[in-house]
Amino acid sequence: MDFIIPQLLTGLAGASSLFLVAVGLTIIFGVTRIVNFSHGSLMMLGAYIGWSILTRLPRDPEWFVLGIAATVLCTAAIGVVLEVVVLRRVYRAPELFQLLATFGVVLILQDVTLWIWGPVELPLPRPRWLRGFVTILDSRFPVYDLVLIAVGPAVLGILWLVMNRTRWGTLVRAATLDREMVAALGVDQRLLFTSVFALGAGLAGLGGALSLPNASANLQIDLSVITDAFVVVVVGGLGSLAGAFVASLLIGILQAFGIVLVPQSTLVLVFLVMAVVLVFRPNGLMGRPQAEAREATLAAPVVRPAPRVLRILGAVALLLAVAAPFLAGDYYLTVLTDGAVALLFATSLHFMMGPGGMASFGHAAWFGIGAYAAGLMSQWLGAPMPLALLAAPLAAGIVAALFGWFVARLSGVYLSMLTLAFAQIVWAVSFQWVEVTGGDNGLLGLWPPGWARDPAVYYWITLALSVGVAMLLRRMLYSPYGYALRAARDSAVRAQSIGLDVQRLRIVALVVAGAAAGLSGALFSYAKGGVFPTYISIPHSVEALLMVLLGGLQTVAGPIVGALVYTGLADILVRSTDLWRLVLGAVIVLLVVAFPEGVAGAARRLWLRGREA
Amino acid sequence: MSVLVVRGLHKSFGGVEAVGDVSFAVAPGEMLALIGPNGAGKSTCFNMVGGQLPPDSGSVRLDGREITGLSPRAISGHGVGRTFQITATFGSMTVRENVQMALLAHHREIWRFWRPAAARHVAAAEALLAQVGLEAQAGRAAGVLAYGDLKRLELAIALGNAPRLLLMDEPTAGMAPAERVALMQLTRRIASGRGVAVLFTEHDMDVVFDVSDRILVLNRGRLIAEGDGAAIRANPAVREIYLGTGATSGGH
Ligand SMILES: Nc1ncnc2c1ncn2[C@@H]1O[C@H](COP(=O)(O)OP(=O)(O)OP(=O)(O)O)[C@@H](O)[C@H]1O
Ligand SMILES: [Mg+2]
Repeated sequence: MDFIIPQLLTGLAGASSLFLVAVGLTIIFGVTRIVNFSHGSLMMLGAYIGWSILTRLPRDPEWFVLGIAATVLCTAAIGVVLEVVVLRRVYRAPELFQLLATFGVVLILQDVTLWIWGPVELPLPRPRWLRGFVTILDSRFPVYDLVLIAVGPAVLGILWLVMNRTRWGTLVRAATLDREMVAALGVDQRLLFTSVFALGAGLAGLGGALSLPNASANLQIDLSVITDAFVVVVVGGLGSLAGAFVASLLIGILQAFGIVLVPQSTLVLVFLVMAVVLVFRPNGLMGRPQAEAREATLAAPVVRPAPRVLRILGAVALLLAVAAPFLAGDYYLTVLTDGAVALLFATSLHFMMGPGGMASFGHAAWFGIGAYAAGLMSQWLGAPMPLALLAAPLAAGIVAALFGWFVARLSGVYLSMLTLAFAQIVWAVSFQWVEVTGGDNGLLGLWPPGWARDPAVYYWITLALSVGVAMLLRRMLYSPYGYALRAARDSAVRAQSIGLDVQRLRIVALVVAGAAAGLSGALFSYAKGGVFPTYISIPHSVEALLMVLLGGLQTVAGPIVGALVYTGLADILVRSTDLWRLVLGAVIVLLVVAFPEGVAGAARRLWLRGREA
Repeated sequence: MSVLVVRGLHKSFGGVEAVGDVSFAVAPGEMLALIGPNGAGKSTCFNMVGGQLPPDSGSVRLDGREITGLSPRAISGHGVGRTFQITATFGSMTVRENVQMALLAHHREIWRFWRPAAARHVAAAEALLAQVGLEAQAGRAAGVLAYGDLKRLELAIALGNAPRLLLMDEPTAGMAPAERVALMQLTRRIASGRGVAVLFTEHDMDVVFDVSDRILVLNRGRLIAEGDGAAIRANPAVREIYLGTGATSGGH
C-alpha cells in the first residue's frame, strides 16, 4: 500500500492542471452559455507559446514566472481575438451551432499550430531549481508537483476574491444566474463577454504553460484535455467554480489511482464515476438546474412530407446513384461508397438529434461499436459477412439501450457532453484492449466474400442497405412513434401530461439511431478492409454532426443532402491541400455564421417563402 | 362521490411555504374555481394534483384512488387532463396533429412504427377542434397561433384524453372578455354533459362568478374562504384582498 501517498500527490497535481482548464470552461459557459470546444486548443497554444517563450529566457525562477505570465497574457489576447471574431457572431445561434463553430476553431488552431511549430513534440527540460525532490513519508516527491498542487487552490482563492469582491465579479455571477437580468441592468454585455473569455483563455494558457515541465507541447493536447475538462465541468456542475474544483480533485485523484489499480480502464472508471454522479445529481455536484434553454416550440417549423418536386429530384438522384458504377471510375466508386455510408451515419444521428432532440457529440461510438462487432465476429468466430452485418446493429443497439437507460433523463449540454465522453471511452477501449481489438493496428483483413468483392457489387450492397435503412427511419418518423418522439422534444411537459413516456421514447430513439449507425460502421469496415480506433475519434463524431447540421435539423432530407455535400467537399479538400483542417474549420465557422439553420433548412425556407401563411 | 379529493397539501420552496394545508373536493360535472392574488399558490396546487410537483405532505385522491406523488404520465393515465398557465403545445406539428397526438396517446397507439400517424383519428381530432372553435385552423402550424387560440388548443388536447378531471390553469389568459365567457361556458357544457370535474383558476372575476359552481379563495398558500359566488362576494376577508388590490373584475 506504499503507493498511496505518492499517487495521492500525483493526483492532486493532476487535479490542479485539470482545474485550470475546467474553471475557464465553466466560467465562460456560465456567462455566455457557450460550451467552448476550443478551450483545449487554448491550453495547447499555452503550452506551445510557453515553450517558445521559456526556451528563450534565462532559466532562473523569476524568469520562469515572468515567462509564464507572458504566456498567460498571450493566450488571453488570443481569447479576445477569438471572441470578437467568431463567438460574438454566434451568441444568438442555437447551442449546437455554437459548439460546431468552436469545433471549427479547434480545426483551425490545429493546423495553425502545426504550421508554426511543426509536428514534433516539444519538451521543456526542467530547470535545475525545479528538479529537486522532497521526501514525504519515505517517498521522494518532485518539488514541481508540489508547486502545481498549490496553484489550484491559489487560483481558486484569487477567483473567489475577484468574483465576490469586485464589481466585475458581481456582474459575472449575476450573468451566470440570469443573463436577461444583466442585460436589463444596462451593462455593456460585449465587454463583459470579451473579458470573461479573456480570463478563461488566460487560465487555459496558464494550465498549458504549467504542464510543460512535466509533459511537452504536442498536438494531441487539445482534444484529450477538452474531454477531461468536459467531464470535470459536468461532474462539478456547469457554471460552478467550486464545483469545478471539487470535480477536478475527484477526477484527478481517480485518474492517478486508476492508473495503478486498473491501468487498462482508467477512462472507463472516470466515466463510471461521472455516470453515478449524474444519476444522483443530474445537474452535477454543485450545479443548479439549467433554465430550459430557449423553448424549441417556437424555433421548430412544422415537419411536413417533402414537396413533390423534391421527391422527384430524390428519385432521380437515387437512379443516378444506382447507375453510377457504369459511369464512374474506380476512384469515384470508393468515394460514392463512402458517401452511401455517410448517408446512413448522418441519417441515424439526425433521427436522435432532430426529432429526438438529443444532440450527440459522440455518434462515432455507435459507428465504431458496429464496426468492431462485425470485425470481431468475422475475426474470432469466422462469421460470414451477412452475419457480421447483422451483428453490428444488434451490438450497437444493445449498448445504446444500456447507455440510454441513464442518459435519457439528461438534457441539453449535459447529454451532449456525456455522449462525447462515452465515445472517448469506447475509443479508449478499442485502443487499449490490444489483445482483442488489435489496438492501434486495428482488425485487418476484413474483406467482403468473393461474390461481393467487386467494388461495384459492394457499392450496390452498401447503397441498398444505407438507403433502405434511411427510408425505414424516415418511415418511422411519420409513424405514431415518430410523432410521439417529436412531441416529447417539442414540449416534455405537455407530452407527459398526455401520458407519453418521454424517457422510454428517447431510449428507443437512441437504440434505433445506434443500431443504424452500427450498420454504417460495419459497411464502412468491409469497404476499407479493416476496423481502426480512428473510426471512433472525436473528429469522426463531429463529421456526423457537420453533415446533419449542414443539411439542417428540421428536414428529413437534410442529413442526406448534408452527408453527400460533406463527403464531396471533404474529398476535394483532402486531395487539394495539406491545410484541409484549416480550410474545413474556416468553412464550418463561416457556414454557422451565415446559415444558422443549415443549408437544406435555408433552401427550404427560400423555397417555402410566400407559399405558406 | 367526489372525483378529486385533496387533503392537507403542503409545499415549500427553499423554506418558503407556497401552499399550506389545502383541502378541497370536486364532484363530477362541477366547476370549481380556485382564485387568489398573484403568487397565492394556485399553480403550485395544480402542479401537485397533476403530478408536475410532488407535495411535501398531504394526499390527492382521484375516484378514491391515491395518486399522490405519481408521475404526470401516470396521473394522465388515470384520467386527468390539464392546461398550463404558460401554454405547452407541440410546436413542430399542425393544430390537428397536436390533437391527434393526444388521441394516439389515449388509445395507446404510440408504440407503432409503421403506419403513418397523420391518418389516425382525423375525424375525432376535427370534432374536438370544432368543439373549441378551432376547426378553421386545423391545418396551421401550432406555433403560429394567437395566444387565445393556443389556450383553446390546449383544451382540445386535454379533452383528447377523455378526462374525468380537467385542471385548467388560467385557461382564458390572453383572450378578449367576451371570448373568455364563451370558452368557459363551453367548458361548463362539456363538464355537465360528460360529468367531468373541472378545477380552474381565473383572474377575471366576472367569468368566475358567471360559470363556477363553487369558489375557493387562496391567499399566501392558505384557503381563506369557500362558497358560492354570493358568499364569496360578501366575505370580508376576500373583499379585503381584492379591494386592497383594487381588482374586482378584469383580472390583472
Ligand atoms: N419552482 C419554484 N421554485 C421556487 N418558488 C416557487 C416555485 N414555484 C412557485 N414558487 C413560489 O411559490 C409561490 C406560489 O406560486 P404559484 O405559481 O403557485 O402562484 P399562483 O397563485 O399560480 O400565481 P399567479 O397568479 O401569478 O400564477 C410564489 O411565491 C412563487 O414565487
Ligand atoms: Mg399561476
